[in-house]
This record gives sequence, structure tokens and C-alpha cells, in this order.
Amino acid sequence: MTVAHLLEADHLSKYYGNIVALNDISVHANAGEVTCILGDNGAGKSSFIKILSGVHQADEGRLLVEGEEVHFASPRDARAAGIATVYQDLAMVPLMSIWRNFFLGAEPRKGFGPVQWFDAGKAKGIVRRELREMGIDIRDPDQPVGTLSGGERQSVAIARAVYFGARVLILDEPTSALGVKQAGVVLKYILQARERDVAVIFITHNPHHAYPVGDRFVILNRGQSLGTFEKSEIDRQELVRLMAGGKELAELEHELEAIKLEV
Amino acid sequence: MAETAAPTVAPDERLVRVGPLARLLTRPDIGAFLGAVAVFLAFGYFARSVNWIGDPGIAAGWTDQAAQYGIVAVPVALLMIGGEFDLSAGVMIGSSGLLLGYLTTFQDMNVWPAMVLVLLFGLVIGFINGLAVVKTKLPSFIVTLATFFVLQGVNAAGTLKLTGQTAIQDIDTASGFNSARRFFAGDLTHYDFKVKVLWWIGITLIGAWLLAKTRFGNWIYSAGGEPNAARNVGVPVARTKITLFMMTSGVAALMGIIEALELRSMQAKEGIGLEFIFIICAVVGGCLLTGGFGSVIGTFFGAAMLGMVQLGIIDAQWDSNWTFTFQGGILFAAVMLNTLIRSRAQKAR
Repeated sequence: MTVAHLLEADHLSKYYGNIVALNDISVHANAGEVTCILGDNGAGKSSFIKILSGVHQADEGRLLVEGEEVHFASPRDARAAGIATVYQDLAMVPLMSIWRNFFLGAEPRKGFGPVQWFDAGKAKGIVRRELREMGIDIRDPDQPVGTLSGGERQSVAIARAVYFGARVLILDEPTSALGVKQAGVVLKYILQARERDVAVIFITHNPHHAYPVGDRFVILNRGQSLGTFEKSEIDRQELVRLMAGGKELAELEHELEAIKLEV
Repeated sequence: MAETAAPTVAPDERLVRVGPLARLLTRPDIGAFLGAVAVFLAFGYFARSVNWIGDPGIAAGWTDQAAQYGIVAVPVALLMIGGEFDLSAGVMIGSSGLLLGYLTTFQDMNVWPAMVLVLLFGLVIGFINGLAVVKTKLPSFIVTLATFFVLQGVNAAGTLKLTGQTAIQDIDTASGFNSARRFFAGDLTHYDFKVKVLWWIGITLIGAWLLAKTRFGNWIYSAGGEPNAARNVGVPVARTKITLFMMTSGVAALMGIIEALELRSMQAKEGIGLEFIFIICAVVGGCLLTGGFGSVIGTFFGAAMLGMVQLGIIDAQWDSNWTFTFQGGILFAAVMLNTLIRSRAQKAR
């Protein structure tokens, strides 16, 4: 027997009616490692993370946390098991301030008996401290999240998940809508989270973002796994080639050449 | 000073110093406050013949009217911040008052237990509204419009069948009427200030506290601002919205009780049309129609403004038909002003 993985997906399949969204996918993640899930649009990345985070349930296969089989009926269950998910566009409420967002759903309270209120002073203090510790440079915790840049928003969401004791942090395309510099900032926080012994699951379609930070790579294509590779087993070029679906890319290049010739 | 070695945090160069006045002008309720002051001063001039500013009896008149709007406008504002509408909030006042009249005059109940039943009725209607919105995912505008029309028919047909008239009379013959009236609909002073005004202020303070200082308030903002993000971090969005609908119908039922006790009778048509007044109060108070942003204190000033217009037009001896035109004008001006303030707020930061 090997040591149980922190989170393991064991032969998961998911169907939507007669559409196979995921077919027999197995992935594992360990503390202090970054596991990258790579795939193009429609590869099944979002179906996969929705199962891990409790939004959907798998039709076949098992989910294991530290070797124990678990069933997540809702995102709350997954959170209770220490699995936090940061969604690309849906991580924050833009009209609310940073400190209100940070504690949304887990507000610290004080009061007497049934009369309880949101401890805003404590919340603001923690937000300032936590963001500084993660090296996130925020001007003012009172400013609405809508005034932050995309990278800053993702960073705050990551800091929030780490603060609330996430053991597994699932990041859904955190860099895809960002410019080069902003994406670099987010990648830095992914490594920060790894340093804090979090198991990071990093979903992306960009191998150039995945390769520098990843310890393990899982490539999905049309609901199928093309394999799991440790960093030592694969180099960047091979990853790019697999990711693009090698043959398909070659065909596409061929077609583009043909169009160019016609013009 | 230059040689002090104490480490100081360098001020962020991107953080522009914002003066207290500029900060004040970014509050969502400042527009409604300024508007209320402006309307007050305007009638101070146009209704100077009745001593609009100085006579406490005049103030008692418009605060009574404002309380009429402002009590229910508080939960309506919270509901709007939570991303939903309740068009049945007006007709609920009539339904609740009629139910109180039925229970006390036809079933000979004491007013106090009858009030408990009426409040429960309000909560149940709110629960049905909320559950229907959450489960069907239809716009609450449609769902509560249906509730509105259903209740309107029930009020008219039920009253006619019971009494053969269009109103339930003689609620003041019920036992417990006088003690209940003192508590809900009596006069405060010899200037005719109503207890209702205290209810208005009290409910406003509770609403403002809920929104700004509690976990539930955080959930309200998030349910209206970005419900999917809220759900993802574990906010019970459906429960939050159902609770807001129950609060709205429950407070509308309270308003129905207040009116029935004040007027001693209840018309079948009572409350109809007020649903839009409540929404105007909330919008004037800085609430966004799309949810996620707004203010209970602003809504308070919105209600004050509409109350002043209602009475001021009479006191200025203008044709009271102009009231609607004024209400429309205020709505439009307030939205323009609030938009301006919001864009300033974003620039100031």
C-alpha cells in the first residue's frame, strides 16, 4: 500500500444526458504540490473541478480524501473537507468591499446570545495582515472589489482560501483573462500557497503558465485523460505539443498554409 | 523630525488623500439626504403661508405620511439590495388589515391574538413568494405581480361577500382595540405626532444595523451583487432571499395592522399602488435596480421626501393631482444624482 493522497479522483465519469463529459479520469493531489489540469475548451476541465468542489456529483468513480471515500452533496461539504475553489469570474462580488468579500460566508461574529453582529474591526485587521503576509499589495480594504484588476482579484481570492485553512486549493483558469505581468503575479501566489503546504490544483489551458509552477500535469482532451506526467517525465515542448493535441495542430497548420497560398 | 529612525509605512503613492467632504459625497445615502433637505426648504418657501418650517403640526402631518411609506420601504430596500422586487407589498397591507378586521369583528377575536395571526399570515405569504422565486427562477417582478393580482381579487371579493360592502367596519368594537391602538396607531404628543413615526424610525434603525453590521447584511449584498460567487463561498443565497421576502410581507402585514387600528375600518382597495411608492423610496435612497447596492438610511430620507411632497403640495395650495408628477420627477432626479455620486465614488478611490 502506498501513502494515501490528500485528494484523489478515482476513475471518475460524468454524463449529461447522452453526452460524455468525463470518461474514466483519475487524478491525485498532495500537500505542497501543484497539480496542473490542462486542456482546451470542452476538454472537461470545468466538469472535473465541479465534481471536486461539490457542485456536481460524478456518475461513476470515487472521490477520496486522505484515502477515505467522500460524497460531496454541495460546495459546503467540499469546503468542510478543506477543499476551496476559486472560480475565474465568480470569486468575488464586485460591488462589495475587499474585507466584506474576504469573509463572505464565514463572517467573524461577536455579541451576546442570539444578538450577534459582524465583527468588522477584526475582519479589516485580518484582511490587512493576511494580504500583507501573502505579499499582496492592496491600497485600502474598504475599496470595492470591482475597482481591483483581474490579477488582484484572483490574488485576494487565493489569500482568502489559504487563510480559511484550505488544504486543497482548486484554481479555475486563474490566469486566462490576464496580461503577462498580472498572470505572473498570480503564479507567484500559487507558489506561495504551495509553500504553505497546500495541495494546489491549477486548471489552465496555457502550458506556459502551468509548466513553471507545476509538479504534475494531467492533460484532458474531449473528456479523456491523455495521461499524468510528473515534471521529471515531461519537458515544456512535449507538454505544449500534447496540450495542443499534436496531430490536430499539425493539421491546422497545414490548413492555414493552404489558405495563405490561396490568398 | 528628519532624524527619527522609527520605521514608518510609506503612504501608497496610488492612494490619493480623500478629504472628509469628498468621502461624505461618496455615501450612497447622501443624495436622498440632500434631496430631502431641498424639498423641505422648497416647501418652506412655497407653503410659507401655513408656516411649513416652524409649525410642529405641519411636521406631524408629513412625518405621518412619510411613516406610511417608510415602514414598508425598509424591507423593500433590503429586498432590492438582495436582488429582488416585491410588487405585492402594497396589496398585502390591505389583505392584512382586512384579515384583522375579519378576525376581530366576524370571529370576535381579541385584537392581540388576531394581530399574531395576521403577522403569521404575512410571513406565510412572504415565504410563498420567496419559495416561488427561488424554485422557479422566474423574475420576482413576475411572481409577485401574480401574488399582487391574486390578493387584490381575494380582498375585493372576500370583503363584498362578507359585508356586502367594499370595507370592513367597526374594528374598534373589538376587545383589546384601545390598548393595541395606543401601541400601534396612537398619538405621541398634543401636536398629533403619531406612534407610527417611532415605528418608522425604529424599523429603519434595525434595517440599517442588519445591513451594515451583521452577517445577514453581508449575505444580502452578495445575494444581489453576484449570487453565484456568494453560493460558491457557502452563502445560503436561497434562504437569504426567502427571509427577505418574509420580512417584506411581514412588515407589510404590520402596516396593515397599524392602518386598521388607526382608521377603525379597512377598505378592500387599501394599499394598492403603494408598492411603487416603496420602490421609489428605495431607489431615491440609492438602491440599484440590479441589486447589490443601496442604503436603508437613504430609503428613510426617500420616504421623508415623498411624505413632504404629498402634504406640501396641499399646504402650498396647489392642485394635489400634481403629486404624481412630482413623485416621478423626484424619482428621475434622484436616479441621476445617485448615478453621479456613484461614479464620483469610484473616482475618489
